[in-house]
Amino acid sequence: MAEFSLPTNSKIREGQVWKANTGGKNIKEFRIYRWNEDSGETPQVDTYEVDLDECGPMVLDALIKIKNEVDPTLTFRRSCREGICGSCAMNIDGLNTLACTKYISEIKGKAKIYPLPHMNVVKDLVPDLKHAYAQLASVEPWIKTDTPAPPDGERLQSPEDRKKLDGLYECILCFSCTTSCPSYWWNGDRYLGPAVLLQAYRWIADSRDEYTGERLDALEDPFRLFRCHTIMNCSNTCPKGLNPAKAIAEIKKLMIERKV
Amino acid sequence: MSLRTPLSEVRGHGSAKDGTHHWWVQRLSGVALIPLTIWFVFSVACMVGSDASLAATVVGSEYVKFSTWAAEPFNATCLILLVATSFHHAQLGVQVVIEDYIHGALRTPLLVAIKLLAVAFAVGGILAVLKIAL
Repeated sequence: MAEFSLPTNSKIREGQVWKANTGGKNIKEFRIYRWNEDSGETPQVDTYEVDLDECGPMVLDALIKIKNEVDPTLTFRRSCREGICGSCAMNIDGLNTLACTKYISEIKGKAKIYPLPHMNVVKDLVPDLKHAYAQLASVEPWIKTDTPAPPDGERLQSPEDRKKLDGLYECILCFSCTTSCPSYWWNGDRYLGPAVLLQAYRWIADSRDEYTGERLDALEDPFRLFRCHTIMNCSNTCPKGLNPAKAIAEIKKLMIERKV
Repeated sequence: MSLRTPLSEVRGHGSAKDGTHHWWVQRLSGVALIPLTIWFVFSVACMVGSDASLAATVVGSEYVKFSTWAAEPFNATCLILLVATSFHHAQLGVQVVIEDYIHGALRTPLLVAIKLLAVAFAVGGILAVLKIAL
């Protein structure tokens, strides 16, 4: 039933303030969620002042500057710094996005940075994604065929059929969409969420795949697929500009199509 | 702490092989309710509008007027369709709300209760229309 008091770790304390001592004029405050299980304390929000004249343009630049020059204990994931690896997905200024492609200048006032919502936190801005990754594995996101590939070449696909994968193959699996979905917050143990359903549709829509029916069978479930209530947060938040809600709608249409 | 692997937890009991029917009927009943509801509201509004001032003063005349209207075969048919579709659509919707928000032991009893209540109300409503119409 409904719980009327927040869990202990959802109560966030005011943390430390780290002043910028550069004497610069272009100072921006970054308010960053901090939690370390080993400390035994509840989460806190630390405030870091960053001189933007001495910092790159992206939020990730500021995070790296803070980690390098101010507070080496600040923990976050990052790798490619160009929006293709999906590691630095976090909640910035109230919206899930990639720190490496989000301009600091787009944020008005203090920059509030939290981990992806409603996931267990490993430390600071690092969410525990093992359940989401297992959900991805469960839809078997690889080509499945009974016909062996031609011995003298690749499996062919017409340009029209290849076009059907546009808007799907670009997904980098940062899980910004999945963690922005209220339905995933309430029923994420069973609902697959927009990122995984978009991946599932990417293989359903692939003309070379021979397991469309089995893939649809696996999704035919009130929770796995039909927890999507077209809230549209997924399409709103996607840092790659993709439309997971449309992919989910296409799966639902195929479900009806093979029945009616 | 569970020692099951994440993949084992995600696969769980497997797909329910169900869900499309619920989703489809919810949409169909929703579409059916658009004309039925407009027709009902429009009809009742028209009845209230005509000579309301005179009729309202005579006790029971409004009832006679409405029951005469409801006894027409077309109107009775549409009223029964409206009652049946409304309660079917309602219980499909409330089922989703319960599945979304109620976790734990209360979920199944609530789901059963809402279905039984919807059937009871629908039967009551249909019987009321039949009593006037037949």
